[in-house]
Amino acid sequence: MADGQSNTTERFLPQTGLQHLIDLLTTDGYEVIGPQLDQGAIVYDTLTSVDDLPRGWTDRQEAGTYRLEQRNDDALFGYVVGPHSWKQYLFPPLTTISTADRTDAGWEFQTPSEPPPRRAFLGVRACELAAMKVQDRVFMGGVYVDPAYQRRREAAFIVAVNCTLAAPTCFCSSMGTGPQCTQGFDLVLTETDAGFLIESGSDRGAELLEQLPTREASESERDLGKAARQQAVDQMQRSLDTAGIRDLLLTNMEHPQWEEVGKRCLSCTNCTMVCPTCFCSSVTEVADLTGDHVERQRVWDSCFNIDFSYMNGGVVRNDVRSRYRQWLTHKLASWHDQFESSGCVGCGRCITWCPVGIDLTAEVAVIRGSGSATNEMHTDVAMQGET
Amino acid sequence: MLKFASCDGCQLSLLDCEDELLAIAGAVDIAYFLEATSSVRPGPYDVALVEGSITTPHDLERVRQIRKQAGFLVTIGACATAGGIQSLKNWADHEEFMRCVYAQPEFISTLSTSTPIAAHVPVDFELRGCPISRHQLVEVLAALIAGRKPRTPTHSVCLDCKRRGTVCVEVAQGIPCLGPITQAGCEAICPAYNRGCFGCYGPAAQANCDSLVDHYQQQAVGTERLVPLLRNFNAAAPEFQAASNRVAGGDAS
Ligand code: SF4
Ligand code: SF4
Ligand code: SF4
Repeated sequence: MADGQSNTTERFLPQTGLQHLIDLLTTDGYEVIGPQLDQGAIVYDTLTSVDDLPRGWTDRQEAGTYRLEQRNDDALFGYVVGPHSWKQYLFPPLTTISTADRTDAGWEFQTPSEPPPRRAFLGVRACELAAMKVQDRVFMGGVYVDPAYQRRREAAFIVAVNCTLAAPTCFCSSMGTGPQCTQGFDLVLTETDAGFLIESGSDRGAELLEQLPTREASESERDLGKAARQQAVDQMQRSLDTAGIRDLLLTNMEHPQWEEVGKRCLSCTNCTMVCPTCFCSSVTEVADLTGDHVERQRVWDSCFNIDFSYMNGGVVRNDVRSRYRQWLTHKLASWHDQFESSGCVGCGRCITWCPVGIDLTAEVAVIRGSGSATNEMHTDVAMQGET
Repeated sequence: MLKFASCDGCQLSLLDCEDELLAIAGAVDIAYFLEATSSVRPGPYDVALVEGSITTPHDLERVRQIRKQAGFLVTIGACATAGGIQSLKNWADHEEFMRCVYAQPEFISTLSTSTPIAAHVPVDFELRGCPISRHQLVEVLAALIAGRKPRTPTHSVCLDCKRRGTVCVEVAQGIPCLGPITQAGCEAICPAYNRGCFGCYGPAAQANCDSLVDHYQQQAVGTERLVPLLRNFNAAAPEFQAASNRVAGGDAS
């Protein structure tokens, strides 16, 4: 796991050097995972070549809509974050935690010993580094450590990429998590027209950097990098006013806005699924027909599910209003009590991927008394005529 | 395994359970299953799996008899749990249908509606889907054998869609999708093949149909598209029925 802060000065890596980086990681036994085009979006998947990256593509995001668009250049990282997050690799949607088999001598229990996956994440953004840090506290902070998460996390090699643009849904600046990567990576890249600026953030990052065909960055190259990063800062439109937010929300549990958002919210779980920090799961014992083989499975679950708040005797949060309120107040308020940070890193995924475009920043603004949360969907993106 | 107005697809799901079929055959004594064998035995039965909807006066009488014979009555599929695609006739003139289809409609004895089994007799467990999922069928049988509650999810299709890593077709392509208001069970197969959800498993618990419908109307999805989407295999499920009536009535804008 990357832990250091940037500890070397920026060096210059020509465009062609990126393939070199992928090859070095692959030779080192890493499965390289990075952004690529699939199903009309930029998603994360295994890659072997720079040609797998979404060269010349970008994403247009608004509340409830996402569209791919062609850029007028050949940028490899000219977009922000998509529907996937690295969570799916560190905390997979389905894990078999243990198995049990009935034998003549009684039950035999086993914990599957998965071979430690050696993965390199290429193209991790600042908000995603922050999200990993949040989940680290959840899964590894404190007394009870999730061993599977820990193994995956410690094995992961992280190549971060500084954002050079911001989507209208991004609000990392106001959450203090980006857009520049400052820590939590092994290597960090800034893409410019001329090539990449690269820095290491850990010893193993520095080791790898030495094997790359870099040279000292000139002042003008460094300025290009700075300007590219500044562009993301300048483009950031959304913000979440976090001042006193814990108390603001926890003292407004009966605010009429919860009812309002409850009318629009579908309780569909999409926001929690795409959120890189949401960590809820449910654990069930799944038996085969004979009942002789049982698997204990952990699957992603969500506070938007009715069954999720089922306790002996009944459901605790039995309407959409209280489920939305649970989500938002945990994410932005009681998360501070539980994990000493916000549960939101400002990536904007929940805004984009909400089918009806509910925007948490607008909901908070209403509760603060400083905004309206009418549905901000832009109607210029028409639905398809035929499917 | 008993049948009313239906296509037999759900019954066939049991024969589809190839891997589990031997175990099922070993664990239960199949007394009546015309899709598998013509040898039938009279009731009572511990468990009756009932497929299909009620569309004739004769059905009505027969389902009452079956209820008397069955210890535990499980309805399987959209027809038995919500009236099926044939419930479209609930919105139409069935006398006229009969005149169009049959040379001598006076010999046909049929009801004007297609209704779920639970509208007529108490049902112990409902297994949704068009067709049902064989995994869920095995789960129900395993649960009944073990004497525990069957585990079938009540969450939305979206949850399963995201678990399998599918990119949302609604958000990324603007394809109207019923996933957010539909109960899971299909493993979110349609969006994985670039289609919106057709609502095969019926309304999810506390489905917020109004909000989704309003949203699609704001996105200029027309009535001619929305009404057929809602009036599908689960057209007569109360939530979908109310939503489609609202759209068709034009009061949802
Ligand atoms: S709550 Fe929304 S914006 Fe915040 S981290 Fe989660 S998905 Fe991103
Ligand atoms: S806020 Fe949006 S994505 Fe989240 S549960 Fe509600 S409708 Fe679904
Ligand atoms: S494609 Fe449909 S089922 Fe999947 S997340 Fe989107 S709205 Fe839900």
